[in-house]
Amino acid sequence: MTINVDNLNNFMIDVLKELGNIGAGNAATALASMISKKVDMNVPNVRILEFNKVAEILGGEENLVVGIYFELTEDIVGNMMFALDMDSAVNLTNILFNRKKESLDLDEMDISALSEIGNIIASSYANSLSTLTGLKIFISIPSISIDMAGAILSVPAIQYGHVADHALMIETVFEEDQNLVSGNLFFLPNLKSFEKILKALGVN
Amino acid sequence: MNIETIKVGMADLNVTKSPNNLTTLGLGSCVGITLYDKINKVAGLAHIMLPSSKEIKNNDNKAKFADTGIEELIRQMIVLGANKSNLVAKIAGGSQMFNFNSSNDMLRIGDRNVVATKSKLKELNIRIISEDTGGNFGRTIVLDSSDGSLHVRTIGHGEKTI
Repeated sequence: MTINVDNLNNFMIDVLKELGNIGAGNAATALASMISKKVDMNVPNVRILEFNKVAEILGGEENLVVGIYFELTEDIVGNMMFALDMDSAVNLTNILFNRKKESLDLDEMDISALSEIGNIIASSYANSLSTLTGLKIFISIPSISIDMAGAILSVPAIQYGHVADHALMIETVFEEDQNLVSGNLFFLPNLKSFEKILKALGVN
Repeated sequence: MNIETIKVGMADLNVTKSPNNLTTLGLGSCVGITLYDKINKVAGLAHIMLPSSKEIKNNDNKAKFADTGIEELIRQMIVLGANKSNLVAKIAGGSQMFNFNSSNDMLRIGDRNVVATKSKLKELNIRIISEDTGGNFGRTIVLDSSDGSLHVRTIGHGEKTI
């Protein structure tokens, strides 16, 4: 079976959504226990986006965001990114450190804490996918960047540039109970890995 | 006369004449290539993602690659009245947004995009008169087609006109 980004059928999209649901469910539980708050998540979106539109998800190309990036290797090759707007990033560190800072500056301690949160979210997501599919996923250490959304999202978009004119991603929005924190998790396996995932789940 | 600012997206290109501006927002590892003919006041901007169309099967979108993007940009500028021998280039972008000790050269794509851009411009005998490339931060650029100046804006790394 060969996947064409520009022509996925509805059944495949439903399977990928459900996969995202399971991964994100575990990730949301991990996040909730870390911050001792209730965390909600939406039904994941399977997005097939023109490169031009990718940054719009995060409020436009020039919007300042925090991106925590992971490389995936072994059976599933691709990347994951956890992205937060600045307000959410500051609120999240405030919850973690039990304080009330209002300025939008993140110090080294904040940045390190955000990397670790990203790490736990991405790892729980990857672990549950691995259990579900029986495929090995090795996840890199986190790398964090605080910059324009367009610049940050260009990194996963370029990966798709090699094979398509669209990027295929499974996106989940996490929201903390009081709407103080909202983050997007993007899972972008390459096309070969999408094929492996669908095959492992018995979709032909 | 109204001055229009034309937005160029990722893997896209556009051309215009004075007094309009061309802009591309949030360049990361991609490279913004601007060409300018100051005699005829014709400007062009390409936002390329990858170094070479030759390494890839799916290469229909010319603006995605440094090599075909530059060729297509020149072609469209000539249609708009530019003279190829007048063209000079300014380039910006090619950052490494995330830092990894990785063998995966996808993450060094910024560098490779800059190298490929320079080599294609050299092959076509187009001089690069200024550049703002590399680093680990994003850039927004605006090309003023009345004088060819290129304004570079960043978050936390200053603003400049090159």
